[in-house]
Amino acid sequence: MPSSNTAHAEGPSAFPQAATLEFRNVTKRYPGAATAAVDDLSLTVEAGEICVLVGPSGCGKTTAMRMVNRMIGISEGDILLDGRSIQESKPAELRREIGYAIQQIGLFPHLSVAENIGTVPRLLGRDKSWIHRRAAELLELVGLDAALADRYPAQLSGGQRQRIGVARAIAADPPLLLMDEPFGAVDPINRERLQNEFLRLQDEIRKTIVFVTHDIDEAIRMGDRIAVMREGGKLVQYATPAELLTSPADAFVEGFVGPDRGLKRLALQPVTEASLLPPTDAALTVGGDEVLRTALSQMLIAGSQAATVLDDTGSPLGTLTIEAIEEVLRRP
Amino acid sequence: MIAQVVIHHRTSTCESRNGFCPDWIARHLGDYVAPLIRHVELTVVAVGVGFVLAFALGLLAHRRRWLIGPITGATGVLFTVPSLALFAVLVTSPLGFGFVSGVIPLILYTLQIIFRNVVTGLAGVPEEARDAARGMGMTDRQLLWRVEIPLALPEIVAGVRIATVTTVALATLAFYAGAGGLGDKIETDINFKSNIALAGGLAVLLALAFDLLLLGAERSLAPWKRARS
Repeated sequence: MPSSNTAHAEGPSAFPQAATLEFRNVTKRYPGAATAAVDDLSLTVEAGEICVLVGPSGCGKTTAMRMVNRMIGISEGDILLDGRSIQESKPAELRREIGYAIQQIGLFPHLSVAENIGTVPRLLGRDKSWIHRRAAELLELVGLDAALADRYPAQLSGGQRQRIGVARAIAADPPLLLMDEPFGAVDPINRERLQNEFLRLQDEIRKTIVFVTHDIDEAIRMGDRIAVMREGGKLVQYATPAELLTSPADAFVEGFVGPDRGLKRLALQPVTEASLLPPTDAALTVGGDEVLRTALSQMLIAGSQAATVLDDTGSPLGTLTIEAIEEVLRRP
Repeated sequence: MIAQVVIHHRTSTCESRNGFCPDWIARHLGDYVAPLIRHVELTVVAVGVGFVLAFALGLLAHRRRWLIGPITGATGVLFTVPSLALFAVLVTSPLGFGFVSGVIPLILYTLQIIFRNVVTGLAGVPEEARDAARGMGMTDRQLLWRVEIPLALPEIVAGVRIATVTTVALATLAFYAGAGGLGDKIETDINFKSNIALAGGLAVLLALAFDLLLLGAERSLAPWKRARS
């Protein structure tokens, strides 16, 4: 049986696959604090999308995420999961329906990998053999050897632990996943690998995900939509990565995404997004699966104003020019 | 007491020289079985009851952190009361001479050691493991029994080991309260070296046996402690 299918068929969740999440005028105030930790936050995450909450430390992004599974109480407003208020469920029961992965991972040192992965299924009453099968399935899904099932966390590498943390978060097939800097504790090279692996995994499992990070590049790479927050718990802009890079809402967002936002945007778009001219005799060639930033870099290095775009069989698709790249950047 | 001393007629030269006499020990070993068993009873009851009390106090203080200071203080004061004075007070109480008067001070002396280890063990549980447990939907009770106590177990058992060894030594004084044990034998002929060697040796062996037993328990209860890649 393919792993992803059994996951969906056997998931204990009342939700079919992914849930819509809505923040409705959510405010969090701590007693004695002058400003709100989260101030009147309203946004909707569509089912199956990754929403990244990003901003400097102290902007309330983690607080906003932790209110979703009631790890932190809401002061005003409401959060709705598939239209139902999270306040209607008991906290412990709500949390079993929502995947949870944190930067420090928090694997239980006294439990084996399989038992760690089986934490929520066990809380939901699954038996040992079900949990063992599910653990083997998930280890495969996150790209680990099933033989790791009986190891203890202390016997794993940092990257392996991070993957187990993700596997544990999705073990009960929750319709919503909360991830607080889940790849923050690994080195940059491994982080990028984990990010790419996770995006591939998401293509399979299609969960609704709230992903917290302070790293704008990670936000751009991971997010279907990005919520930029700033000090005082204010949402400044909620947009797709391309929109954010093209038209930052204000100087804060512009500063936060960085002066190289043009290049960041080009890194999101394949060369075929640009309006290609008919094939010419431009000597420089770029692959049709490359992104515009790579093509631009090659053109700058070669000192060429144009490049021939090739499809995967090597035949020319058209000619990419500097002007065409500029035109992409001007698009809304 | 005088009469008992006379019982060990020092017939052979070794005994009359008051030496260390293997022959005498071999012949009288049987006399020490009952006191040894009583010594085990005193130790097991004292550590068992002490553990239950200290564990309950530890859980209470884990939830209400402000109680740690007062409980540590109170059990510490108990620890400093001279045992002989405590035995003397208890035998003049309605309890009189006997096992109960002997075991109560032993129980009280275990409290501080075990309580402190329960509290530090529970406090040593990594915060991220707690956060993950709550975030995945464990109730407070599930968090305690499935995460916090298992992780604190090595520290708790270490406390029980120290308390047990201390109790074996201290129980040799329980005879003052008429509770018997190996102390009875030591007192019977305190000037005879073979007697002291045998009774004292049995107490040391008993402490060692308990310690190894608990070490084994600790190992089997926390296999993850030894697992390193």
